[in-house]
Amino acid sequence: MLVKRQIVSIGLNHKTAPIEVRERLAFSKDDTAKVLEAMSQHPSVEEIALFSTCNRVEFLLATETPDEAIDAVKNFMAEYKKTPREVFEEVLYIHQGDPAVRHIFRVASSLDSMVVGEPQILGQIKDSYATACEHGTCGVVLNHLMHRSFSVAKRVRTETGIGDHAVSISYAAVELGRKIFGDLEERAVLLIGAGEMAELAVEHLVNNRARPIFVANRTFERGVELAERFKGTAIRFEEILDYLKQEIDIVISSTGAPGYVLVKDHFKGLMRARKNRPLFFIDIAVPRDIDPEINRINNVYVYDIDDLKSAIQENLDEREQEARRGERLVDESVIQFRRWFQGLEVVPTIVGLRDKMEEIRQRELKKTFASLKSASEEDRQAIDRLTAALVNKILHDPTQFLKQVGHKEDKSLYLDMARRIFNLDAPKDNETKPDGEQ
Amino acid sequence: MMSLLLGLTIACYVVSSLGYQGYILFQKRPIYQVSRIVLLAGFMCHTGFIALQYVEAGHIPVQTLHETLSAFGWAVVGVFLVLQIKFHLMVLGALVAPLATLAVIIAAMLPGPQVQLAPFFAGLWRTVHMGTLILGNAALAIACLVGILYLIQENAIKDKKRGFFFTRLPSLSLLDSVGYASLIVGFPLLTFGIISGAIYAQAVRGRFWTWNPREIFAVITWLLFAALLHERLVVGWRGRRAAFMAIVGFAILLFTFFLFFVG
Repeated sequence: MLVKRQIVSIGLNHKTAPIEVRERLAFSKDDTAKVLEAMSQHPSVEEIALFSTCNRVEFLLATETPDEAIDAVKNFMAEYKKTPREVFEEVLYIHQGDPAVRHIFRVASSLDSMVVGEPQILGQIKDSYATACEHGTCGVVLNHLMHRSFSVAKRVRTETGIGDHAVSISYAAVELGRKIFGDLEERAVLLIGAGEMAELAVEHLVNNRARPIFVANRTFERGVELAERFKGTAIRFEEILDYLKQEIDIVISSTGAPGYVLVKDHFKGLMRARKNRPLFFIDIAVPRDIDPEINRINNVYVYDIDDLKSAIQENLDEREQEARRGERLVDESVIQFRRWFQGLEVVPTIVGLRDKMEEIRQRELKKTFASLKSASEEDRQAIDRLTAALVNKILHDPTQFLKQVGHKEDKSLYLDMARRIFNLDAPKDNETKPDGEQ
Repeated sequence: MMSLLLGLTIACYVVSSLGYQGYILFQKRPIYQVSRIVLLAGFMCHTGFIALQYVEAGHIPVQTLHETLSAFGWAVVGVFLVLQIKFHLMVLGALVAPLATLAVIIAAMLPGPQVQLAPFFAGLWRTVHMGTLILGNAALAIACLVGILYLIQENAIKDKKRGFFFTRLPSLSLLDSVGYASLIVGFPLLTFGIISGAIYAQAVRGRFWTWNPREIFAVITWLLFAALLHERLVVGWRGRRAAFMAIVGFAILLFTFFLFFVG
């Protein structure tokens, strides 16, 4: 009998490798297709998928000869990327069996991400898997593994709060805005100054349907340019206070001014003029533009860059907590996968088949005997023998077939099919279905 | 029958109070939905209880402190349920349900017909007077509870200490709107309650107003809420100050309320 297929994961990520190495070894989408085609030719590789994002390069293999396959991947990387093995060998991690399964589950669930809980990774993994499927490099084992990992990822996302909390400055600003204004629709935004982070924050507010947008810049022309980008209006720097008296709800400030642009004195009568409607200042500038004293005015809220950062930090801490719950879900799924994977062998499949038939036989016998009260002990034994013989005869050919399958190249395929035809992996009691939906 | 209904009411209110607290703690929507249904069931039992009281006594059951407290608890839940239709302020239940529970439990513990105010209290004007006051009180009680939530949430945002409540409480804007809506509902009822009280006093005692301490307090309460409403309408008063006033106003209102029963 041939050796069983092993699941192997080889890769490097943001934790093990610096950006210089990661970018050197990253594979583009076109690369990926070529790699898959080339690698699947290798005799030691049965099934293969490749995930390459800015934070990770990851090979997932099913192989009967793990050592050779690992060596092949390393050689291939060295050759394809024209990089000596020594450069990346020590930043590579290699997982086999359960740890490899756990690893891919964690990656898909965003537990292994740089920003834990970020939602993009699952989409990236799905894309990569689709590429592998297009090239026919995934078989029974990887198909099942990938589908399991998608459903684990979904469970982790819905059953834990891992993606609930804002972890970027713009998100934090939007989240705070929502806590003040309810929703941001039709809230007027004023951008004072310019800058990448400030513009990103404005964009985020616009995405949440905040409008209209006003832009105030020391150089009016620059302001006009920016305003055009957000389909807004440019105002003069001197007009800021007039606008604050009227329509503005949210101010994002990011000027290069050495001192405060707005101080508490500016607010005399201002809040009364705007009928006390709340004002939310997001001060991204360093040094700060908005006097922090202004935060003490009623219905005015001032957040500077450090406040926003600490808000994010708290959220990151929360995510860490949720991530621990996610790990538990992953552990559960690893066990379920192992059960399926171990069943993908000739002997357990035959045993499973026999057990199932025997269970059916016993159940039916019990039913029949219950209604057949007149039958003597002798009759019962005869019926028992008859049914046992039936089961044996019926199972004879499938058993022989499965034994022969054990010597075939793609036995996993046949075993999986047999298990599915007879529904041998049906969930027992309160277990969530161990067999994925394919 | 009546004690069964009262028991059921209390049981529902207690369960729903716990449920709403649980919702705040665990943030699971089903807990909220169950709490809401239980509260509604409690409210219906309570309505049945009050209806039976009415049938038995022949007038609306706000004669004694016992009855009035129970009616107040009923009105608070009623106003809350109506407000929920428009505002979906889910966490408010965590304060409203316990308040109603407390009112009904105290009512149940008080001896029944003892603190009698009859024959002074009789007739149509009395019904109008007490009915509007109880509903008004309930609305203003909710304004006070919302004010408390507002102050907690505003504190979290101002001090930049996002803690337990920051994620769980709704936006300042929503809290402020609900506070405003409760005030708009509560103030006219309070006004009408006081006026009808005066008319009623005229009918019974021959005098509209006697300037005794409870009446003075009634006027103070009214002036306070009148000022709050005026500032809100004219200057756009809102937020912390308005919330604070609503809380103080309700405290004085509560004091006045008890004065009428004790004094």
